[in-house]
Amino acid sequence: MTSPTEHLDPALRVEALASLLTERGLLDEATVDNFIKTYEQSVGPMNGAKVVAKAWTDPQYRARLLADGTAAIAELGFKGPQGEQIEVLENTPATHHVVVCTLCSCYPWPVLGLPPTWYKDPAYRSRMVREPRRVLREFGLDLDDNVEIAVHDSSSEVRYMVLPERPAGIEDATEEELAALVTRDAMVGVAKVAAP
Amino acid sequence: MDGIHDMGGRHGFGQVEKPTDAPPFAETWEGKAFVIGALAARIAGTNLHAFRHAIERVPPDEYLVGYWNRWTIGAQIMMEDSGILTDEEVRARAARLSGRDVPEPPAPEPHKPQMPSGGAGNLRTADSPPAFAVGDRVRVADMNPVGHTRLPRYVRRRAGMVTAIQPCQVFPDTAAHFAGENPQHCYAVEFDSRELWGPDAEQFRLSVDLFEPYLEPVR
Repeated sequence: MTSPTEHLDPALRVEALASLLTERGLLDEATVDNFIKTYEQSVGPMNGAKVVAKAWTDPQYRARLLADGTAAIAELGFKGPQGEQIEVLENTPATHHVVVCTLCSCYPWPVLGLPPTWYKDPAYRSRMVREPRRVLREFGLDLDDNVEIAVHDSSSEVRYMVLPERPAGIEDATEEELAALVTRDAMVGVAKVAAP
Repeated sequence: MDGIHDMGGRHGFGQVEKPTDAPPFAETWEGKAFVIGALAARIAGTNLHAFRHAIERVPPDEYLVGYWNRWTIGAQIMMEDSGILTDEEVRARAARLSGRDVPEPPAPEPHKPQMPSGGAGNLRTADSPPAFAVGDRVRVADMNPVGHTRLPRYVRRRAGMVTAIQPCQVFPDTAAHFAGENPQHCYAVEFDSRELWGPDAEQFRLSVDLFEPYLEPVR
């Protein structure tokens, strides 16, 4: 884009790029399909949910996860792009962590997959570092005034994932049942995990 | 660079979008856009930092069209920089795909950057010990580089405290311009919201990962 030119429809631009790159032997359909399938089916918040459920049921794992997130997450087989260094932030009744990337949309892909639209949206990226309590309220999370909010702007290659609080009243739930309750939004810090 | 991408603290973008359970790619083209961007650094012979910098150089009006649009144009800019293709070619191909019989301009001569690499990924070891320790008070430098930086504008000149020493990493400010990996120590620096936004700000803690060259000691 050396000179400002007329807006091109994004879908058409992608088709044009794909067509030129394929012709030059720099892109092939199998690679494209494989990438898409991976991020549609295998890499997503269900991975992070397993990590959270294990931390809730296994105190030793929880300790390892908070001490070295990358290694503890890799124990469950989750690693890859945008996961070179993952730090896990533990939410407690006193402190609520929430994650943002103001400069682009950095996100811990191996545990949460690709970021949702709202995370990449200018409103979230501009406001979360300025008025987090209001933003969280817009998401439907009304925190008590005495809960301290800690916002983390992902500006280096360190990626952040929130370990939400385990909901009360489900002491008998299995790890699998717990994993099913954990949401992407809770692992970014814009929601809590609700009991079923 | 002080571009549209540096969004922390800006006013005027309205309410946040309500979360939905939408799949990662709402439309087919978005999946293909993702792959082109994910492979762009490999195709152009560059790196992740150069890709981020290319996205920063997307014209502001195009940047705000949406994520996959800026991601795609960023990938194209980086490929143009390496002589993989030209904007004229992309537009001509788009026209032809739309059924218009326009001539196709010639392909450029590739010229990928010289880029010595210290290996895969971005974590490195440093030659010298970190200049700051946990608990140190630091002030963010008054830097306004025209090139790539991972120093968000809203913390410039503000004082905070080092709360963690992060792994030493490739320095984005030089790596994005193929001027060397130049590994730097990196720190989690925490700021009080009132230091950033004044006495009437909501009360909260804000933590940003900042590279050593961005920081000065507070005496």
